[in-house]
Amino acid sequence: MSDSLPILTLLVVIPALGAAIVACLPGGNERLLKMVGATVATVVLALSVALMFDFDADLAGFQFVSEHVWVRSFGISWKLGVDGISLFLVVLTGVLFPLAIVGPAVHKDVKGYVAWMLLLESGCIGVFLALDLFQFFLFWELVLVPMYFLIGGWGYDRRIYATLKFFLYTMVGSALMLVGILTLVFLHERATGVLTFDVITLAEEQSLASSTARWLFLAFAASFAIKVPIFPVHTWLPDAHTEAPTGGSVILAGVMLKLGTYGFLRFGLYLFPEAAVDLAPVFLTLGTIGIIYGAIVAAMQRDLKRLVAYSSVAHLGFIVLGTFGLSQQGLEGGVLQMVNHGLSTGALFFLVGMIYERRHTRLIAELGGLQKVAPVFAGVFMVVMLSSIGLPGLNGFVGEFLILIGSFVTRRWWAVVATAGVILAAIYLLWAYQRVFHGVPEGENATFPEMTMRERAVMAPLVVLIVLLGVYPRPVLERIAPSVRELVTHVEEHSDYRQPAVAAGGAGR
Amino acid sequence: MMLGQVEPLVLPKVEWSLLAPELILIGGALLLLVAGTFRRDKAMAAASCVFTVAVAVAALVASWGLWLDVTDGDAGARLAVADAVVVDGYGIFFTVAICCAVALGALLAFGYLRQERLESPSFLVLMMLSASGGILMAKANDLILIFLGLEILSIALYVLAGYHQRQERSREAAIKYFVLGSFSSAFFLYGVALTYGATGSTNLGFIAEFLATQTVTGGVLMGGFAFLLVGLGFKVAAVPFHMWTPDVYQGAPTPVTGFMAAAAKAAGFAALLRIFFSAFGTERLDWQPIVWVLAVLSMVVGSVLAVVQTDVKRMLAYSSISHAGYVLIGLQAANDRGIAGSLFYLLAYTFLILGSFAVVALVAREGDSRTDLTSFRGLARDRPGLAFAFAVFLLAQAGAPFTTGFLAKFYVISAAVEARSYAIAIIAMLAAVVATFFYLRIIVVMYMAQDQTMAGVSPEGEGGGVATAVATRVQIPVAAGIAIGIALAFTIVAGLLPQPFIDFARHATLLRL
Repeated sequence: MSDSLPILTLLVVIPALGAAIVACLPGGNERLLKMVGATVATVVLALSVALMFDFDADLAGFQFVSEHVWVRSFGISWKLGVDGISLFLVVLTGVLFPLAIVGPAVHKDVKGYVAWMLLLESGCIGVFLALDLFQFFLFWELVLVPMYFLIGGWGYDRRIYATLKFFLYTMVGSALMLVGILTLVFLHERATGVLTFDVITLAEEQSLASSTARWLFLAFAASFAIKVPIFPVHTWLPDAHTEAPTGGSVILAGVMLKLGTYGFLRFGLYLFPEAAVDLAPVFLTLGTIGIIYGAIVAAMQRDLKRLVAYSSVAHLGFIVLGTFGLSQQGLEGGVLQMVNHGLSTGALFFLVGMIYERRHTRLIAELGGLQKVAPVFAGVFMVVMLSSIGLPGLNGFVGEFLILIGSFVTRRWWAVVATAGVILAAIYLLWAYQRVFHGVPEGENATFPEMTMRERAVMAPLVVLIVLLGVYPRPVLERIAPSVRELVTHVEEHSDYRQPAVAAGGAGR
Repeated sequence: MMLGQVEPLVLPKVEWSLLAPELILIGGALLLLVAGTFRRDKAMAAASCVFTVAVAVAALVASWGLWLDVTDGDAGARLAVADAVVVDGYGIFFTVAICCAVALGALLAFGYLRQERLESPSFLVLMMLSASGGILMAKANDLILIFLGLEILSIALYVLAGYHQRQERSREAAIKYFVLGSFSSAFFLYGVALTYGATGSTNLGFIAEFLATQTVTGGVLMGGFAFLLVGLGFKVAAVPFHMWTPDVYQGAPTPVTGFMAAAAKAAGFAALLRIFFSAFGTERLDWQPIVWVLAVLSMVVGSVLAVVQTDVKRMLAYSSISHAGYVLIGLQAANDRGIAGSLFYLLAYTFLILGSFAVVALVAREGDSRTDLTSFRGLARDRPGLAFAFAVFLLAQAGAPFTTGFLAKFYVISAAVEARSYAIAIIAMLAAVVATFFYLRIIVVMYMAQDQTMAGVSPEGEGGGVATAVATRVQIPVAAGIAIGIALAFTIVAGLLPQPFIDFARHATLLRL
C-alpha cells in the first residue's frame, strides 16, 4: 500500500479536473476533445487497476482511507475508503467510461458530451468511495446533473420527457434520504454528544430504537429502490435508457444502476442491520416480482433498446435477491453480478447503438438476417447475449448461480420463483436474437456493414472480461469475500438473524 | 414661565462609529445626489456607478471593522444610542449581505440605465438610501426604529419600482407595491401598538425581560405577534402575504427586482428573526405553529405556482416566495442552528437571486421586455457563458450539490430535523423537487430546445424564437459581466469551501438580553 499517494482522492478529482479542462478547450476540434477525454478516463482506469493490485485481499475493512475535515461545525469530512464491495465497482467504472467516451459516434457538441461524461465519472466514483454520509449524498446528487444533460442534450426523440422523469424520480428518493441522513446524525449526536457524518462511527456506535431504525431504513431504501430500480418504482428506467444516447445508456445501465444496489449494501445493511433483516421479505418479494415482470415485459418489446432496458429490471432483481437473501454466497454473487451486469448490459447497449447507427431503427421487426452480412457483429452480440442470459462459462452464470444457491439456503421459495427468471431471460434474448440475426436479410438489412475496427476495439475489452470472469472469477471473489463476510457478521451481531452454517461457506475461500 | 425653568431636552449619546455603515451609505447617497445636479452625461453615469460600488465597499470595510470589534474585542456585542440600536454579529451579517446587494445592484444598473436612457444618479441614490433603511432594520433594538428602517427601505423601493416612468407596467408595479406596502406597514404599526399594550415597551430587550418574568394572558400579545408577522411577512413575501410579488417583480425594472428580492427580503427577515428570537423567544410555543403554517404554505404555493408560469421573471418571483418558506424553517426550528441556517440561506440567496436577475436583465434586452421563456431559447448556443452562469444559479436555487444553494437548504433542513420537525423537513424536500422542475424547464429551453418544442413551452416561439434570438444578440456590458462573475464565483467557491461562511453565520449571534 502506498501511503503517500492519495489514490482515492485522485480517482475522484482527476475526472472532475478533466471535465473542467475539456470545458475550457475550443469546441471545434472534435478529435482533440475526444482524445483529452479518453486520456483522462484512461488515467482513471490505470489508477483503478493499480488500486486493484495494491488492494490487500485478506483485509475486510476499508483500505486506502483518506480523511480530511471539510465542514468542521457539522462534523463533515472528506472521507474516502475502498473495500471488497466497492473495489470492483470502481474498476468497472474505470473500464466503461473510456469506452463510452470514445465508442459511440457523437453527433453534436462533442465538448459538452465529453465534459459531462467526465464529471459523471467523478460523481460515480465518489459515490462508491464516500465514507461520509454528507459527502455520499453530495455525489449521489451530483451524478444526476450530468446525466440529465446527457439524456436531454444527446438523446433520441422523447429525450426531454425521459430526462425530466429520470431527474424527478431520483430527486424524490433523495429528498427522503436526506431527511433520513440528518435524523440519523442528530439522533446519534443526542445519544453520544458527537456530531458526525462518518458512516463507520454511525454504524458501529449506534443505539437506535428498532422502530426508528426501520423508518430510517425505509427513508434510505426509498432512494436506493428508485435508483436500482426495484418494481414498482422502475418506470423511469425504460424511458431514460431508451431515449439516452448510446454512451449514456451504457453508463446508466452499467454504472448508475449499481449506485442503488451498492447503497443497499453499504448503507442499508450496514447502518440498519436489524431493520434490513425485518424488512427483507418485502424487498425479496419486490425483487422477485422484478425478475419475472421485467422478463415478461422485455419479451413483449418491439424496440430492441427497450428490451435491453427491461432486461435490466430483471437482472437487478437478482442482485436485490442476493442482497436481501443475506447469505455469504448470495451477497458475493450479488456484488459480482453488479460487475457482470455492468459489462454485459453495457456491451449490449453499445451493440444496439451500433445497429441504430447503421439502420436508424431499433425496431426488431425491421431488422433480420444480419448474421449473414455481418458475422463478426453477430458473433459478438451472441457472446454478450449469452453472458446476459447466464450461460455457464461466461460471467453472468457465476453471479446468478451464487445468488440462487445463496438465497435458496436462506430464502428458499423466493429463490425457486426467481430461477424461472433465468429461463425467461433465455426466452426473450434468444427470441430477439433469432428475429434480428437469423433469416434472410432483405432491403437495407442486406447491406448492413460489418463491425469496424474502432467498434471491435471498443467491444474487445468487454468480451475479454466477460469470458475471463466466467472462466476464472476467483481473484475477484477472493477480494469480495472478506468484506462480505464482515458485513454478514455485522448484521448477525446487531440482529437476531443467523445465517445457516451451510450458507456461510462462500465461494471466495 | 421663565425660560430658565424649562428642562433641557436630554439627547441620547450617539456612538457614531457604531453606525458607520449606514452613515457611509447615507452620506454617499447625499453626495451623489448633489453631484448629480452638476453634470448629467455618460461619464457621470459611469462615475456614479463606480462611486456607488466604492461606497458599498467602504460600508463593507466599516462593517468588517465592527465585526472585529464585536467578536474579538473586550467590548463585544453591545447596545448603543440609548439602547435603540444593537451592535452584534447578527446585525453586521445583514449589513454585509445588504452592502453586497448594493454593489451588485449598482453594477447591474449601469448597463440597464444606459440601455433604457434613464441615466440619472437618482436611481443609485435611492438604492443606497433603501439599503441604509434595511441595515437600520437589522440593527434596531426597538420596534419603533424597526418601523423607521422599514419605511426608509420601502419608500425608496416604491420609487425604484416605478423608475421606468415610460413603461406602464413599471408604474403599475409601483402603485401596487405602494398600496399594499402601506397596508402592511400599517399592520406592522398596529402590531407594535398591541405589543406595547401587552408588555409596556417597544424596546426588544425590555420586552424579552418582561416576558421572561411575567405571564401574559389574553389575546393582546398574540394579536401583536400576528400583526407583526403580517407586516414583515409582506416584506419577505411569505404566503399568504405574497399576492403583490409576481406583479411587482415582473413589472419593476429587472435590476430593481434583483435588488428588491435580495435586500428587502434580507432586511425583512433580519427584523422578523430578531423580533421573534430575541424579544418573543420565551413565547415560542405560541408562534411556532403559525410560522410552521407560513413556511409550508410559502414553500408549497411558491413552488407549485412557479411551475405554471411562462414568464421567467414571474417564475423567479414565485421561486423567491418558496425561498422565503425555507428561511422560515430556520425560524420555526427556533434553535441556534436554525438562526445560523436562515442567515446562511439569506447570504447565499442574495448572490443567487442577483445573479439570476442579472442574466434576466441582459436577456430582456432593450425595453426590458423579453422575459418570457421563449426568449431564453437557444441561449446556450448564442451566449454559452451566460447560459452556463444562469444554469448554475438555477441549479443552485434548486439545491444542486457543491453550490451554496445546496448547503443553504441542507442547513435549514438540518435545523428542522434537530428540532424534531420531521414533517416540515420532508415537505421542504418534496417542495424542492417540485421547484427543481421549473428550474430545469428554463435550463431545457436554454440548452435543449433548439430544435424541439418542449412540453409546457408555448409553441408560438417555434422557429421564430431562434430567429429573433440570433437577430438581436444579447449584449453583455462589462459591469453586468463583473456582477455575474462575482455571484457565480461566490456560489461555487462558498459551495465547495463553506466553512468560513458557515462560521460567519454561526458567530453572527443575536445579542440576547
